[in-house]
Amino acid sequence: MDLLASAFLVLARWDVAAALLVGSVGGVVIGAIPGVGAAVAIAILLPATFSLDPIVGLTALLGIYGSSMYGGAIPAILINTPGTAVNALTTYEGTPMTRRGEARRALSLAYSASFFGGVFSVVCLILLSPVLAWIAPQFGSREIFLAALLGIVLVVLAHRGRILAAGMLASFGIWLNTIGLEPIQYSQRYTFGQSWLAGGVDLIVVVLGLFALSQAFVLLVEPDKRSRAGTVAGTLFTGFRELLQNKRVATASSGFGVLMGMIPGVGEFTAQFLSYTYAQKTSKKPEAFGDGSPEGLVASEAANNAVPAAAMIPLLALGVPGEALTAMMLSVFYVHNVVPGPGLFQNHMDFVVALYLALLILNVLVIAFLLSSTNILLKVIEIPTRFLGITVLTLSFVGVYSLRNSAVDCAIAAGFGVFGFILKRLNLPIVPIILGMVLGGIMEAKLRTSMMRVQTPLDFIDRPIAFILFLIILAVVASHIWQSLRSRKRKDQ
Amino acid sequence: MESREDQARAGGLAFQLVFLLFALFLLSQIGTETRSASGGNFAAQPRLWPAIGVGGMLLFGLAQTAATWRSRAPGAIPEMFTWVRALEYLIWFMAYVAIVPAAGYLPSTLAFTVLLAVRQGYRTAPVLVSAAALGAAIVIVFKAGLSVRIPGGALYEHLPGGLRSFMILNF
Repeated sequence: MDLLASAFLVLARWDVAAALLVGSVGGVVIGAIPGVGAAVAIAILLPATFSLDPIVGLTALLGIYGSSMYGGAIPAILINTPGTAVNALTTYEGTPMTRRGEARRALSLAYSASFFGGVFSVVCLILLSPVLAWIAPQFGSREIFLAALLGIVLVVLAHRGRILAAGMLASFGIWLNTIGLEPIQYSQRYTFGQSWLAGGVDLIVVVLGLFALSQAFVLLVEPDKRSRAGTVAGTLFTGFRELLQNKRVATASSGFGVLMGMIPGVGEFTAQFLSYTYAQKTSKKPEAFGDGSPEGLVASEAANNAVPAAAMIPLLALGVPGEALTAMMLSVFYVHNVVPGPGLFQNHMDFVVALYLALLILNVLVIAFLLSSTNILLKVIEIPTRFLGITVLTLSFVGVYSLRNSAVDCAIAAGFGVFGFILKRLNLPIVPIILGMVLGGIMEAKLRTSMMRVQTPLDFIDRPIAFILFLIILAVVASHIWQSLRSRKRKDQ
Repeated sequence: MESREDQARAGGLAFQLVFLLFALFLLSQIGTETRSASGGNFAAQPRLWPAIGVGGMLLFGLAQTAATWRSRAPGAIPEMFTWVRALEYLIWFMAYVAIVPAAGYLPSTLAFTVLLAVRQGYRTAPVLVSAAALGAAIVIVFKAGLSVRIPGGALYEHLPGGLRSFMILNF
């Protein structure tokens, strides 16, 4: 109870309230615009949050992260274009419902399922906090190294059909992170005698290039598109009643969201896929899936909205981000000398609970905004894509230049922008580069400190958590190899 | 007519080969660009993690190139021309970066958004006004509102006293 009270005190500030409001409304708007997405918005806003208190900056970024998927459901349902990539499954059910003249019903159901998923995950995390506070301190250097290694392995393996490319780009990220002066022998690595490389390649600059600038280039180069979303008549409250009829699917899907969100590198896509498959297999009308099934819509939206809160767990408890957005948020912690990890749970539990409460309030703000303003929001879907490109390019400048007022940073970001543009054209993943950079740095530091305390390689896994993590890594790799061999055998037959 | 997927598939092999050449170049430089400390803990070797990164780039890159080679498609040139088209906007962006310290954030941003809108084919007054409004809104929100660190333009030095400070501080 004391913990809750002190967490509320952390949040009871006008600037936190403003950040929550701006983050949640801004996130919905950004999510509703196809072709922008939370990653672009967070990348642009990151440097602006550095001058704010950590709780204010993180609340704003969390607001965008947590609410963008709510907004992403709107174009997915109305114009068959997911606002964010994770709303793709929503189009399968939402668009047929719109074609049947049930757009209002689909939107209302998507909002209520998203709200359920978001609140469910925050409640789960608040209940899990004491367990996490007990487990987190048992993670020493070698356990964090193994958790980061597991993160890299999962990120690579999660890119089904593009595993080799993901591995190649994650390795590129690991190499990028090594550029500059290393902290042990103070030797230069891959600086080629250039002083501007001595400080290394800044993660934020790379993030802004790969996410924001590359997206601006995509929008500016590709043909202009303008969508017509129309308007939605009638109340949007009815979805809550219909959600009650689908409470089993909503609860299971939110559970999948929480579980998948906690595992580094897995995230929304796997959660959605598992939920959708579960909903279809257990449905009395499986044939309706893909043709406007309310159950499918609930499964998709509840699962992806349960992920953001859960994705904060590896970041807060271990300091290991599981995907690109939490990797970006890690830099906010570092800028303020707040080190996420076991110490955060031990010494600043009120801060952790305050973040969870902020997520809870955020869900309430978002649903209130959507229920009252959907028709106004539909206007943003109609913004032409090339005009969006101009917006993203102009905003990217603020993000990069305000870091250090450095033209070199801008040139590096622009270079990575073109690189990201090529990767997007080739349908190659960008996220492994960012996670390679972040997790590579963590692995290097943790391996160094942990090897000082071990005599033989076996000592590395002589503690229970380290041993379990090691077994999980082996199991994940073995199961992937087994699955690949099985699918190849099937193809041959 | 080729679909975008076909074009991308064609460009894939070109990208892979360039990436592989880059990885080979990095490998060739590992001896001079990283140090190997004599003795001591292998985990503290400055060369270890660059070697892991470059090794992974080569290993996965070779395997990916082999896979891309099997499914290669003709017509890489048009796709590579599309990549070059992105360079135009890189130049626009760098020109904007160069002009801000001289002309100031507000005038540069207004010019940038309006000229880029014209370049994108927008000619009607409402869109051009919207582009100018977009530029002004970005400057007001970030510079005047959030006080992000963007220095005042050299041009502002020629303004009279009070206005000069106001412009440097807010725009």
